[in-house]
Amino acid sequence: MPTKVETDSVTGTETTGHEWDGIKELNSPLPRWWIIVLWITIIWAGVYYVLYPTLPGWDGLWQYTARKDLSERLDAVRAGRAAWTDKLAVAPLEEIEADPDLLEFAIAGGRAAFADNCAPCHGTGGAGGPGYPNLLDDAWLWGGTLDAISATIEHGVRWPQDDDTRISAMPRFGVDELLTSAQINDAAEYVLSFSGSATDQAAAGRGREIFAENCAACHGESGGGNREFGAPRLNDAIWFYGGDKATIVQTIAKSRNGVMPAWGGRLDAVTIKQLAVYVHSLGGGE
Amino acid sequence: MAQGNMNTVPPSLADKAGENADPAKLQLYADRVRVYAARVTGPFRRFKWATVVVLLGIYYLAPWLRWDRGPGAPDQALLIDMPSRRAYFFWIEIWPQEIYYLTGLLILGAVGLFLVTSLFGRVWCGYTCPQTVWTDLFMWVERRIEGDRNARMRLDKAPWTAAKIARKTAKHGIWIAIAALTGGAWVMYFTDAPTLVADIARLQASGAALFFIGLFTATTYLLGGIAREQVCTYMCPWPRIQAAMFDEDTLIVTYEAWRGEPRGKHKQGESWEGRGHCVDCLQCVNVCPTGIDIRDGNQLECIGCGLCIDACNRIMSRLGLPRGLVRMDTVSNQFARERGGGAPFRIFRPRTMIYAAILAAVSALMVFGLGTRSTLDVSLLRDRNPLFVSLSDGTIRNGYTFKIVNRARADREFVLTLEGIPDATFSVRGGPSDVQRAVLGARPDQVEAYRVFVRAPRGPLAGDSTPLRFVLEENAADGESSVQDTVFRGPG
Repeated sequence: MPTKVETDSVTGTETTGHEWDGIKELNSPLPRWWIIVLWITIIWAGVYYVLYPTLPGWDGLWQYTARKDLSERLDAVRAGRAAWTDKLAVAPLEEIEADPDLLEFAIAGGRAAFADNCAPCHGTGGAGGPGYPNLLDDAWLWGGTLDAISATIEHGVRWPQDDDTRISAMPRFGVDELLTSAQINDAAEYVLSFSGSATDQAAAGRGREIFAENCAACHGESGGGNREFGAPRLNDAIWFYGGDKATIVQTIAKSRNGVMPAWGGRLDAVTIKQLAVYVHSLGGGE
Repeated sequence: MAQGNMNTVPPSLADKAGENADPAKLQLYADRVRVYAARVTGPFRRFKWATVVVLLGIYYLAPWLRWDRGPGAPDQALLIDMPSRRAYFFWIEIWPQEIYYLTGLLILGAVGLFLVTSLFGRVWCGYTCPQTVWTDLFMWVERRIEGDRNARMRLDKAPWTAAKIARKTAKHGIWIAIAALTGGAWVMYFTDAPTLVADIARLQASGAALFFIGLFTATTYLLGGIAREQVCTYMCPWPRIQAAMFDEDTLIVTYEAWRGEPRGKHKQGESWEGRGHCVDCLQCVNVCPTGIDIRDGNQLECIGCGLCIDACNRIMSRLGLPRGLVRMDTVSNQFARERGGGAPFRIFRPRTMIYAAILAAVSALMVFGLGTRSTLDVSLLRDRNPLFVSLSDGTIRNGYTFKIVNRARADREFVLTLEGIPDATFSVRGGPSDVQRAVLGARPDQVEAYRVFVRAPRGPLAGDSTPLRFVLEENAADGESSVQDTVFRGPG
C-alpha cells in the first residue's frame, strides 16, 4: 500500500508512495490516450472473438468463411457479366465475330483465359515454340477456322479421355525398324527439297519413292499436308519441331505425336468460345 | 512606449513571457486570442463587399450556365466530368491527355499572383482568396445575429442563458447552411447541376456526391467559421512566400510613424504640438480581421485588406487631421514623405517586368496551343510478344495496335497508307485484308482501336529492323492528318 506520496522537487511529479531500500519511484503513468486505445483493442478483440470463427468449433455469429466470401464475390462477378456471357452462350461463333461489342468482350475474356490455361505451352503471346504450335501464323495442323479451333480446344489432341479428341499417329520409322537409317536420310533430304533446301540432290531423288510409299498417304504427294490427320504441310516455310535436317531425321525415326489436353471438361462452354474467338483474332484465323 | 514594445510580439506570447519571468520556461506555444473584428465603413470596405458579392455570385451561379454542344454531350458550360474523363470550358473540351493545359493554367495563376503581389501587396489575401471571402460572409452573419464587437465580447463572457443558446444556435445553423450550399456548388462543377439538385430534392443523390458535399461543408464551416485568421497565420504558406515578392516599391498597408508618433490620448482642444497624430484609439486594431496592430509595421498576419485605413480615416476626419495616417503606400514613398518629399509609384521595375514577361510568354503559349489544337490524335503500339511472325509463304508479319482519337463530335473517315517498305501490305482485323490503302472510321468523341497486321516479303527488309511509317489522312477537304514512325521487325 502507498505509504507516503511525496512531490519530487525537481520535476514536480508525485512519487508512487512506495519505498524499496530507500529508492522512491516517480508516479508517471501511461498517457490516458494510450490506456484508452489499449482498452479499445481489448474490447475489439472480444467483439472479434464473438463475430468470427476464432476457436475450433465456433463458427462465429457472422458465419464467415473465406471460401464462402470468395464464392460470393465470384458469383457477383459472374452475375455482373451475365448480360454478356448469356449472349455468348447462345451466339454462333461467326455471329460473335460480327458483333463488335460481343467480339471485344470475347477477346478480353479469351485473353485472360489464354494466359491462365494456354500460355504455359503456347506462350503468353501465342507464339508457341518447338513442338507447340505458333497460333499467330497461317499454318494450322487441324484447321484454323473458328469451328476447327473451337473443336481442338474442346476435345484436345491425342487426349485419351476424350472420345472426340483429334487423333492420328505417325509411325516410328526408325525405332520400329520400318526404314533403315539410309532410307530415313534420303526421305529427309526429299522433304527438304519441297522447300528448296535439300543439300544432297541424289539422296533427295532416292527419297522420292520412300516418301511416296510411306509418307504421302498423310502428308500428300507434294507435302501439302492433311488436316484430317493433323499432318503438317512440309512444303512451306514453317516447321513444327524444326526445319534442319537433324530434326527432320529425328522426327521420321522417332515420330512426335504431341498431346494437348481436352478443355471441354475443365472450362465452361462460354470460356471455350472466348478462347476460340481470341485465338482466331491473333492474326492467323481463317 | 511600453505598449509599443509589447506589441512587437503577439500579445499571447508576451503574456506568457510576462507570467514566466524565467526565460528557460518561455513557452513558444501561443494560445489563440479570439478576434472580434468591429464593423467599419469606407471605400476599402465597400470594395471588399463588392468583391465578395461578385466572387460568390460567380461561384454559386457559374455551374448553372448552359452551353449547347449538340446531342449526346453535356450542356453545362463549366464541367469536369470525371467518369467520362472530359473537362468542359464553354467551347473548349479537354481530354485527359491534354492535362498540360491545366499545368499552364496553374503557372499563369502563380505568376499572375507574383505580379499582382509585387505591385499591390497582398490584394489576393485581402480580397479574393476563398478563405477571406467566406470568412467575410461568415463574419457578416455573425454580426447580424450577435451584434458588433462589444456585443459579441459581452455575449461570449455572459453565462449560458436561453437567449445566448438561441443566438449561438442560429449563427452556427446559418453557417452550416452556407457551408452546405458551398459544398453543393462545388460538386456542381463535377456533375450536371440541375440533375444534382433534383436528385438531392428526391433524396436520390449518389454516395460520392453526398460525401463531397459533406466534406466541403465541413471544411467551409471549419475554415470560414471556426479557424478564420488561424488559417492565414499558421496554415497558409503564402504569407511566408510573399515576402520574396515585396520590395520598397510594393503597395502595402503602412502606418506613418513619423507623423503618428509619439502617440497618446488626446483631449479636445489640446494642442497637437510636440506629439504625433495617433490618438491610440485602437480602431485600426479593432477592425482588423486578423487582430493585429498595423502600427507595428508590415507583418506576416497582415492580409492587406485595408480595413484599418477606413477605420483610421474616420477618426482623422473627426479630429480634423489629414487623412491617411494609415494608408496604402510604398515603403520608398513613406521614407521620401518623412523627409518632406515624395516618390512616384514605380510600376515598371525589373521584378514586375520579369513576371509580366513570363505571364505573357505562358499566355501566348496557351493561346497558341489552344488555337492550333488538333481534334485528331493517333497512337501506334507495335506488338512485342512476339516481335514478328513468319508465315508459311516465307513472308514476315508484324502486328500493331493503331488508335485514332477523334476529339470532334462528328463521324470521321480516314485513309491509312504505309510508307517505307515497298511491297508491304496490311490487314485490319474485321476489315480489309492484304491491302495497301484502307479506310478507317472514327465515331464522334471516341478512341477507336484497330489491330493492323503488316505483311512484307523478306527481300526489301533491312536487317532485323526496317523503318516503317503509318500515314493517316482524313477523307475530307482540309481534313487533318497524322504521321507515325515505327519499325518493322524481322528475323534479320
